[in-house]
Amino acid sequence: MVKYKLENIDLWYRDFQALKNVSMDIKANQITAYIGPSGCGKSTLIKSMNRMNDLIEGCRITGKFLLDGEDIYGNIDVNLLRKKVGMVFQKPNPFPMSIYDNIAFGPRTHGIKSRYKLDYIVEKALQDAAIWDETKDRLKKSALSLSGGQQQRLCIARALAVEPDVLLMDEPTSALDPISTAKIEDLMSELRKKYTVVIVTHNMQQATRISDYTAFFLLGEMVEFGNTEKIFSMPKDKRTEDYITGRFG
Amino acid sequence: MTRAKEKIMRGVFFIAALASILAVALICVFLFAQGLPPMLRIGLLDFLTGDRWRPTAAEPSFGILPMILGSVYITGGAIVLGVPIGILTAIFMAKMCPSPVYRFLKPAISLMAGVPSVIYGFFGMMVLVPVIFETFGARFDMMSGNTMLAASILLAIMILPTVISIAETSIRAVPQELYEGAVALGASHERAVFKVMVPAARSGVLAAVVLGIGRAIGETMAVRMVAGNQPVFRMPHEFFSGARTLTSNIIIEMGYVERDSLHFGALVATGVVLFVFILGINLLFSVLNQDRDKKRTKKAVAAAMEAAAEKAGQ
Amino acid sequence: MKSILTFAKRKKPGDWARFLLVWAAGLITVAVLLYLVGFIMLKGIPHIKPSLFAFTYTPENQSLFPALVTTVLMVGLTLVISVPFGVFTAIYLVEYASRGSRLVRIIQTTTETLAGIPSIVYGLFGYIFFCDRLGWGKSILAGCFTLAIMVLPLIIRTTEESLKSIPDAYREGSFGLGAGRLRTVFRVILPSATPGIFAGVILSVGRIVGETAALLYTIGSVIKIPESLFSQGRTLALHVFSLANDGLYTNQAYATAVVLLAVVFAINLLAARIERKFINKL
Repeated sequence: MVKYKLENIDLWYRDFQALKNVSMDIKANQITAYIGPSGCGKSTLIKSMNRMNDLIEGCRITGKFLLDGEDIYGNIDVNLLRKKVGMVFQKPNPFPMSIYDNIAFGPRTHGIKSRYKLDYIVEKALQDAAIWDETKDRLKKSALSLSGGQQQRLCIARALAVEPDVLLMDEPTSALDPISTAKIEDLMSELRKKYTVVIVTHNMQQATRISDYTAFFLLGEMVEFGNTEKIFSMPKDKRTEDYITGRFG
Repeated sequence: MTRAKEKIMRGVFFIAALASILAVALICVFLFAQGLPPMLRIGLLDFLTGDRWRPTAAEPSFGILPMILGSVYITGGAIVLGVPIGILTAIFMAKMCPSPVYRFLKPAISLMAGVPSVIYGFFGMMVLVPVIFETFGARFDMMSGNTMLAASILLAIMILPTVISIAETSIRAVPQELYEGAVALGASHERAVFKVMVPAARSGVLAAVVLGIGRAIGETMAVRMVAGNQPVFRMPHEFFSGARTLTSNIIIEMGYVERDSLHFGALVATGVVLFVFILGINLLFSVLNQDRDKKRTKKAVAAAMEAAAEKAGQ
Repeated sequence: MKSILTFAKRKKPGDWARFLLVWAAGLITVAVLLYLVGFIMLKGIPHIKPSLFAFTYTPENQSLFPALVTTVLMVGLTLVISVPFGVFTAIYLVEYASRGSRLVRIIQTTTETLAGIPSIVYGLFGYIFFCDRLGWGKSILAGCFTLAIMVLPLIIRTTEESLKSIPDAYREGSFGLGAGRLRTVFRVILPSATPGIFAGVILSVGRIVGETAALLYTIGSVIKIPESLFSQGRTLALHVFSLANDGLYTNQAYATAVVLLAVVFAINLLAARIERKFINKL
């Protein structure tokens, strides 16, 4: 089942074209990885999938982003879109407040006030992000007291707490040590049961380990897109082959 | 030759650097030397908690409680009126105003900071005081508009630039990633700013308020020109009457005091009390700042360690 | 089927409230400032007359000229005292002392303390120490020394900041060529830091021009162009204060206030311009 359909996406930052005619179908409950050298447009694409690029001045987009068939650049409420399409960033960005308040921020934003409900949501989100055991005794402590890896899982929990359909992850482990990275990778295979996950990664091993589909980008162009195993074992395009065999990038 | 010159100039710089230490030392020594003995002669408790200030009576009494309270009330009023407007304006400038508005507002605020207090005082005399008298005069049976209210409003205006610029700077210093994090959860711009960015800047905002308090307590001329200056014990609900502050007590009576009298000593002692007040506030301010620095270092250390771990992993 | 996304697009009430609050606050701030400046200007400008600038003051003309001259003298003399001390202190702190040493911390603490002391306390100290203990009496000299201490922290801090903002590469480059520390400071560091230092000096000028409480009992209130360092005098700001306080010459008070405001604004603009130049240079 197609969850998110991209049709002929072109994207400019002022005069610079960052994405060139990108089309793809993103399947529900699968992990899709975007790989490519830095500056290839993979981060740009993932940011435009929940309109975080609205924050960037001079960014212009043509083409269609169809989430469940609906154009997200059409007449929609962008805040509700972002509730439905959550995002985890490269650097963990917990708010300087307690662990509990971090998780409850999203639900509260969307109008949930009942303490009882919030308690339930917080516990569930932390469990889903596999960080409940480490935090259950210190929910009132500042989120900044957590380690970097824990902070990132907290941010994942925070994104899950608003019950998104799609989870966008922009190089979520690039700032973390190998142990924390492994924990997050384990977590991702759990996440795909409930969510559609799109992940940008600069680490090809990570893409092979966790993703079902992989798209390779180069200079704003989507060179190749398909089943991860196929892409890595028999790339169709010479450029993909060069990249995954480490000849550039 | 050059080496001698190097040495001499090094000495010169060093001596110059001692100047500020010398200045503080001189101020402390002379203020305390001339202020403490009279305070003790009057009796510390009588001086600080006495509610009668009659320095020139046949049987003089030197209680500065009315002035302490006057300073506290007037500053409190200024904080209540000025701080919310100041912080909201800072939020406006840092996160919510269109850039043409900002280009006008920013220099306007720094201009406001440069206006001399005597101009504020004059404005207060000519505008605030009559307006207050016309508005509340009949209702509160006022003799004139020279009231604590006038002083508080004026000080609220005067601390605005201080509060605004420090609060704005600290709100701007909050990393943009936090904003993105909030917006990515579906928060509106306003919610992200008010619920994430401003709370994240709270120690800076608090520092802005503390500095505002310092400015308000220390302000002399503007307050002296509008507060009425009666050295009378007041209760908080007498906000529509005049009062005298520690600062205006000094500036008013220095004009006619006899140099070697106990009265003069009592004025210096008033200065000592004011000085101690301000030192306390400064201490609070630097503690707040330190707190912020510490957190920052902690974060930096954590980041460095992660980077090292990442390198080791690769 | 109506999708969840198109459900609500308008601002929520809470967001409207926040939006209105900050705009209201911004408007109040601007309105207060404009009203204050506008009021003084409207009332004062019509009363600016040539007689206000007569060479000598008489009760009839209420001339502000002697006060203006005194102000300029005070600014010059105060800076002559405080700028060398302030700049040298900053040079010592940034270029010579080891960072974080005890002395540096003590100097920084005292500078912060000086910066927080209210001007009336400076006035009190100036009166006790310079006028009385040193026997200078109420005089220009006593006033200048009082103000020099008052603006010292401002000069130290701005100089310190601009010295710190000079990249270490400059220093290393100079040392690498065999230049000594002194030569490096005077030939390499100070020239690049000058605009920043200048901006701090100009801010100090603003404070000196606007000061009243620290001067009332240190320089006296004689309205005459001072003849010596030990003459009494009255600056523009003090002149505004006495005119306003006497209540006899309100029109002249407004006019003098306009002149004072104009001076302060000019100083502010100059400081902003220099600062901008400095930023462009970096």
